[in-house]
Amino acid sequence: MTVTEVLFYFIAGLTVLFALGVVATGKVAYAAISLVFTLLAVAALYILLASEFLALVQVLLYAGGVAVLLLFALMLTRARELVPELDGAQKPFAVVAGLSLMGVLIATIFLTTWPRKADSPALINFNAIGDALFRTYALPFEVSSLVLLVALVGAIVLARSEDEEEDGV
Amino acid sequence: MIPLQSFLVLSAILFSLGVYGVLVRRHAVLILMSVELMLNAASINMVAFAVYTSPQRFAGIIFAIFIITIAAAEVGLALAIVLRIFRNRTTANVDEVHDLKW
Repeated sequence: MTVTEVLFYFIAGLTVLFALGVVATGKVAYAAISLVFTLLAVAALYILLASEFLALVQVLLYAGGVAVLLLFALMLTRARELVPELDGAQKPFAVVAGLSLMGVLIATIFLTTWPRKADSPALINFNAIGDALFRTYALPFEVSSLVLLVALVGAIVLARSEDEEEDGV
Repeated sequence: MIPLQSFLVLSAILFSLGVYGVLVRRHAVLILMSVELMLNAASINMVAFAVYTSPQRFAGIIFAIFIITIAAAEVGLALAIVLRIFRNRTTANVDEVHDLKW
């Protein structure tokens, strides 16, 4: 095994372990911390896939922004005091659904012959990504910025407090 | 070298864990976390396909960037909704918010 392979299996194992921590732990804070580490491990996977730009975005946006937002939401909803039992009554069905989905997906992956143009990840050119994003994919880029704007305005309207609404703001 | 299948299997496992989490958790924020796992699994898939099959065209990588953007928007909006539900009901457990259940 080469160094890359060892690294890949190590990081993949970490990813699955931390993801398991997110869905299986009994404490909300542990779930949030596991999520942060899962997202960082996925960023490491992006580096193995030779897309260091995505790894950067992943660390900044996901591990930095989204995870902090989720932690704040857990704190504001007082999840630690108010939710002693994190799992619902449908747990057996959830286990069956998750395992069968995993079985079907993995079986499909191994039964399909994938196109093989490259043996290993090709190096992705940083500048070319920007070029593609602002030329070929300019319209989806603009639409996604509009989506972000609408989502943020909606979030502000939904989350502001009741007394402000009475003032007619 | 790492075969493409390894990445696909990893993302399949991650996605199934996310599905399990969405089905089993009661707290809305924990369900959101599981959704994040599923989104990440999908974008690993996209990037793996992009670098293994068409590294000159970036479609998969652009897709992953858009997935991250949409995830950020989704988390912001969903957390606002969760906070509003919590303020009205003093609970954020999805099995206790069942007004629309027939």
